Amino acid sequence: MLSLVVFWPLLVGVGLLAVPRLPDRAVRWLWVAASAVDLALVVAIWVGYRGHGIGYQTNLAWIPSVGVGYHVGVDGLSLPLLAMTAVLFLACAIYSLRQRTRVRGFAALFLFLETVSLGLFVSLDLILFFVFFDLSIVGMYFVIAGWGHGDRQRSALKFFLYTFLGSLALLLGFIGLYLSATPHTFDMVALTRAHPLTGLGGGLALLAIGLGLAIKTPTVPFHTWLPPAHTDAPAAGSAILAGVLLKMGTYGFVRIAMPMLPDSWRRYALVAVVIGVVSVVYGALVALAQRDFKRMIAYTSVNHMGYILLAVGAAGLLGSGAAARSLAVTGAVTQMVSHGLITGALFLLSGVLYQRGGSYAMDSYGGLATRTPRFAMLTAAAAFASLGLPGFSGFIAEFQVFAGSLGPVPVATAIAVLGILLTAALFLAALRRVFLGGYRAPRGATVTDLTAVEAVAIVPLMLLALLIGVLPRFLLDLIEPAARTAAELVAR
Amino acid sequence: MTGLHEDPGALLPELALAVAAVAGLLAGSWLPRRRQWLVRLLGAIGCTVGIAAAVVAATGPARTVFGGSYAVDTGLAVARVVILAGTLLVLAMAGGTLSGHRRETEFVVLLLLAALGAMVLAGTDDLLLLIAGYLLASVPLYALTAFDADPAGTEAALKYYLIGALFGVVLMLGVAALLAAGGGTDYPTLARTLPGAPPVLAAAGFVGVFGGLLFKAGGAPAQFWVPDVAEGAGTPVAAFVTTIPKIGALIAAYRLLDVAVPGVAGGRLLVAAVAAGTMTLGNLAAFAQTNPRRLLAYSTISQVGYLLMAVAAAGHAALALPGLGFYLAGYAVTNIGAFAVLAALPSATLDGHRGLFGRRPVLALALVICLLGLVGTPPTAIFVGKLSVFTAAFDANLLWLVVVAAANTLASLYYYLRWIVPLFQRDGAPHPTPAGRWPAAVAVTAAAGSLALGLAAEPVVHALSGHLLR
Repeated sequence: MLSLVVFWPLLVGVGLLAVPRLPDRAVRWLWVAASAVDLALVVAIWVGYRGHGIGYQTNLAWIPSVGVGYHVGVDGLSLPLLAMTAVLFLACAIYSLRQRTRVRGFAALFLFLETVSLGLFVSLDLILFFVFFDLSIVGMYFVIAGWGHGDRQRSALKFFLYTFLGSLALLLGFIGLYLSATPHTFDMVALTRAHPLTGLGGGLALLAIGLGLAIKTPTVPFHTWLPPAHTDAPAAGSAILAGVLLKMGTYGFVRIAMPMLPDSWRRYALVAVVIGVVSVVYGALVALAQRDFKRMIAYTSVNHMGYILLAVGAAGLLGSGAAARSLAVTGAVTQMVSHGLITGALFLLSGVLYQRGGSYAMDSYGGLATRTPRFAMLTAAAAFASLGLPGFSGFIAEFQVFAGSLGPVPVATAIAVLGILLTAALFLAALRRVFLGGYRAPRGATVTDLTAVEAVAIVPLMLLALLIGVLPRFLLDLIEPAARTAAELVAR
Repeated sequence: MTGLHEDPGALLPELALAVAAVAGLLAGSWLPRRRQWLVRLLGAIGCTVGIAAAVVAATGPARTVFGGSYAVDTGLAVARVVILAGTLLVLAMAGGTLSGHRRETEFVVLLLLAALGAMVLAGTDDLLLLIAGYLLASVPLYALTAFDADPAGTEAALKYYLIGALFGVVLMLGVAALLAAGGGTDYPTLARTLPGAPPVLAAAGFVGVFGGLLFKAGGAPAQFWVPDVAEGAGTPVAAFVTTIPKIGALIAAYRLLDVAVPGVAGGRLLVAAVAAGTMTLGNLAAFAQTNPRRLLAYSTISQVGYLLMAVAAAGHAALALPGLGFYLAGYAVTNIGAFAVLAALPSATLDGHRGLFGRRPVLALALVICLLGLVGTPPTAIFVGKLSVFTAAFDANLLWLVVVAAANTLASLYYYLRWIVPLFQRDGAPHPTPAGRWPAAVAVTAAAGSLALGLAAEPVVHALSGHLLR
């Protein structure tokens, strides 16, 4: 069942490439249909998932001679991300219904990326995880290099080289874990149970794995690949990059670094806290200084990922009790889902802006609210959701992160709360510049309101964020048991 | 030597090649030019029979034959299958340009003999046989490099020959030194006597023999001929030269270090240092290349560096031999695939394939798979090879080497991308004229093989688990 969810998009993608002379229109609708079917399957899995532990497991020998297995399964940590991924890919498919250039390749590439992203979140084997991790880089490289704008070749190359470096560091750490276990294995469940590496070896493995995940996440100072990649990627590409691919890093912290290297994690948790807080404040400050709408959103991602790092770091510190640990981890996972939905929406909205005016420069727009009320309202809603307004999912997540971190690291948490103030300031400033005041648009551009297709793609993302913000229990009930388990694992 | 009566069945794959070569030579001398494709067919049959015989032999017990001078074990088995399969691919790739060539027979026969030489290198348990294998794997290739008799090929052949002769002498000096130190040329004797021999003499002997093998593998500091041959020789020959002799040479180096001279002080460290130097040099030099053949040449040098990591881990990690064997298999299919694209659409610059994805999507995808395969991106075969080789080196306490190799992998990505990117750009550049269907078919087959070998790695890795015969 899980394997079907993972490989179904790839199958459709290969089919799209294999059938000759398919009209573009059919390709677009097939893409939407395929993503919708996949989302339905994920919902079915969510409904069918009962209680604790890992469900829907498949554990097959793949290359047993090297200790590699095809081991997949879902639990409360991965299922929310799986669902968020399926939702976001469907939104991108719908949004791309107006895609005109080289549709077939674009659709196939996104379906490939969907398989890769879903595969990563269900992997329970380090090498399987690594395979999907690496392929996500390859897929996104072609999205940026092939369908981006601006200095896309350069941005794509920077993205590829930087994140590939991270993946190689990750691989070194994985090999270290593999060799330390007896018998040698890459199986995550077995490694979590055994947590074989302690002391210096554990520290080095954590350094390698942490570096790889920190680059992918990205955190300061490994974030420099992110703004150019985002700015030059097509809107749907940015939405996937920020919404899904960044989560591969943060998910790795919760799934691999914490439970497999608990001793080292506890010892160096303060490093994660510090990097998290620096990312929060630095990301917000740099975002504040941006004049480019999309670049600004890119930097707020650095800020939001900082909260997650703060939470997972705090969960490893001795001062925190079991309840606080579990609260922090719950907050981190909720933040991953919430950020995926909200940032996905924001990047799609920025794509709308670019499509109308051919520019992201906020100074070249003004007073759009009068001409495009729907667009303005939706952007304002997404901006408020992103800054953590109560009623939206971001608030739930950030509240839990802060509540869980306040005990063990009060100063760091206090500084991080300032980040919310900064994001509030920057979003309000951006909204004022673009939507209020006298009407202004780039020369020759007529800014029209959201089309129905765009609205159908973006509105559900905001509705989900609202749903989680108002009625979070359905999500939290799923995450909490798994977060508790993760917190116990890191505390042992 | 007890002679051929001992067990000729043990050498069936080698005999298949030799018989095909001799019969081909005889047949070719009276066949009309239009019918010379029969010789190519004969060569292909020889390879196919050889593969079947090698697979059958691999299921039997490991043993040495001919007075302990030739080891029929896992190491030889993988070399046999990969060399024969690679030769088969090169024969198919040459199909486009070769048919009706007035020296078609000579081409096929020389190819078969060089493949035989590479196989002898892989199996030998005796330094004298090693010399014979070295010569057999070298001399036909000098001739093949100059096969087209154009200035570029002739110059490349001359360079290849001169460096080959030099390192041949180094190899023989090394053999002499080991003979003087250990009192014998067969590996079991050397393994017994070398630990008590004068260390300097033994080390000098090892350096000499290893140097000769480095020339055959195309590793630093014996790599100077590689870019010239890759650029000057015909594309199928370039594919063969950068692939097949390596297989024999690296298995031979592994066998030497693992079986004959594990007692020589500093041997492993020397190999590790050469590995680091080779991969770094190859990658750095590849950055500036604008000719795809020279780019592949430097890429192949860097690949030798990664492969030597497994040699450095010989005897100290369970995954060293499976890693080396699997990497060689993956490398052979991937590298031949990349050259096959060049044979299908000859181009003198990286830009020459601009927009290929729009015109020939399947061929472009095959090239992308091969190039990303050379980087070691999963799920291609070289990824599994790299994973095992890295793990083996890590296991043998060569963490620094693994870090160097990871950094090199990153650097290599840059120049492979320089070739990949133009494929997806739109441009009205003059298109290279396609050269028949055979090379394109080989390219697609090889790319598919690289993916399949990576995804279904288990049977191969499992078959390679084991040790060399001591």
